[in-house]
Amino acid sequence: MIREFSEADIAYLLLATRWTVLLALVAMIGGGLLGIVVAVLRVVQFRPANWLAIGYINLIQGTPLLGQLFVFFFGLPLFGLSVDAWTAAALSLSIYASAFFGEIWRGSLQSVSPRQWEAGASLGLTYAQRLFYVVLPQAVRISVAPTVGFLVQLVKNTSLTALIGFVELTRASQIISGATFAPLPVYLTAAAIYFVICFSLSQLSHMLERRLHAAH
Amino acid sequence: MPLIEITDIHKRFGAVEVLKGVSLALEKGEIVAVIGRSGSGKSTLLRCVNGLEKVQSGRIVVDGIHVTAPGADLNLLRQRAGMVFQSYNLFPHLTVERNVTLALKLVRKMEPSAAREVARQVVARVGLADKLLAYPDELSGGQQQRVAIARSLAMQPTLMLFDEITSALDPELVGEVLRVLEGVAGEGMTMMLVTHEMNFAKNVADRVIFMHEGRIHEDGPAREILLEPRTAELRSFLNAVLH
Ligand SMILES: Nc1ncnc2c1ncn2[C@@H]1O[C@H](COP(=O)(O)OP(=O)(O)OP(=O)(O)O)[C@@H](O)[C@H]1O
Ligand SMILES: [Mg+2]
Repeated sequence: MIREFSEADIAYLLLATRWTVLLALVAMIGGGLLGIVVAVLRVVQFRPANWLAIGYINLIQGTPLLGQLFVFFFGLPLFGLSVDAWTAAALSLSIYASAFFGEIWRGSLQSVSPRQWEAGASLGLTYAQRLFYVVLPQAVRISVAPTVGFLVQLVKNTSLTALIGFVELTRASQIISGATFAPLPVYLTAAAIYFVICFSLSQLSHMLERRLHAAH
Repeated sequence: MPLIEITDIHKRFGAVEVLKGVSLALEKGEIVAVIGRSGSGKSTLLRCVNGLEKVQSGRIVVDGIHVTAPGADLNLLRQRAGMVFQSYNLFPHLTVERNVTLALKLVRKMEPSAAREVARQVVARVGLADKLLAYPDELSGGQQQRVAIARSLAMQPTLMLFDEITSALDPELVGEVLRVLEGVAGEGMTMMLVTHEMNFAKNVADRVIFMHEGRIHEDGPAREILLEPRTAELRSFLNAVLH
């Protein structure tokens, strides 16, 4: 049964977009928390922790996300852990994000000049005060652009989860395109939705950068 | 009792010995200019005084605090010994006012309104009352350096360390910073300043120390040291900077 690409289909795509956004959000939060751990392990004065973090980062950044998705979706059941598409998608995207966030944030923290630490110390600030009031605010400002840049990638990469059958925007587009035989309008609509999300993120990034006044 | 007492300190970076047995005592209210060639250890000496660098041996006592003793309260020391750097090092994410109030609130535990009042006063004192709400990147180098001095003064230190604070400035901005320094000197602050401004050293400092290869090579009243150098090393250094 072939039907026209209609408003109902657009509504269906928008509803599926919820899952794209939700997945990106979960990966952002999960990956963010894990990313903090990765960044800390990467910089603490304890070699084995550094090696562990470096190994983790290289493994995750050096393998395709699709492969990681498959490992979780098809691999975990081999160990008797049944995972649905949502769980596999959320887990693998979080882990994927953590490796990138970890590196972005470590770099941002280390790019704040040691002189800022010294200036804080020279005023009698404790180590923690230097970190939280002097260095972190500057590191956050430096990290906004790369962090949001990666978030944009993350949103687009959620589309890979269509391949394990998770019905987000891309999978929904495939379904409707199959039913209507009108791939062009369907995928153009999907592309427009992705664009709106990603463009909004970039705008947010610019706004944040202006608000968080700091060294250029 | 001297306010700063340095006894035979040795400082190495790796295998390189940068301070080779420096001893020095500074009385309260004394203004000492430290001069010498690049690499002679001037900055290192200053940084040892407020504990930014650790010495390998020797003793430093500042205002009753044993800097070189294990477990010394360096944060307390640094409240008493303010330091201003060549590169200003203002906090770029904070306004001028908040650059000054940060340590007042966190370290001195002042109420925000009291801290703001102190900020207003010290910033006015360096002639920048109208810049309280500006961010550092909106100020000239000279203005930033004056704010850095104000930020340090706000903590009401008993002594101040200045490390070549005019060296990064365009020549036309040096004067305004030196005038602020003179003002601080005129109020009886104990000061140790590394400088290449020989005229300033001659007119403002009580005493000049010439560092050479990690040692104090000459030490005496400013005019005497600068006008009648005793050693060939100081003569050649002065020739090099004055001509
Ligand atoms: N953190 C460091 N690590 C290794 N070597 C250092 C360090 N800081 C200073 N040095 C070395 O110690 C020596 C003295 O340096 P210092 O900065 O005290 O000299 P200075 O007299 O202040 O010179 P300048 O006029 O160039 O500022 C130099 O040879 C310098 O390379
Ligand atoms: Mg120096």
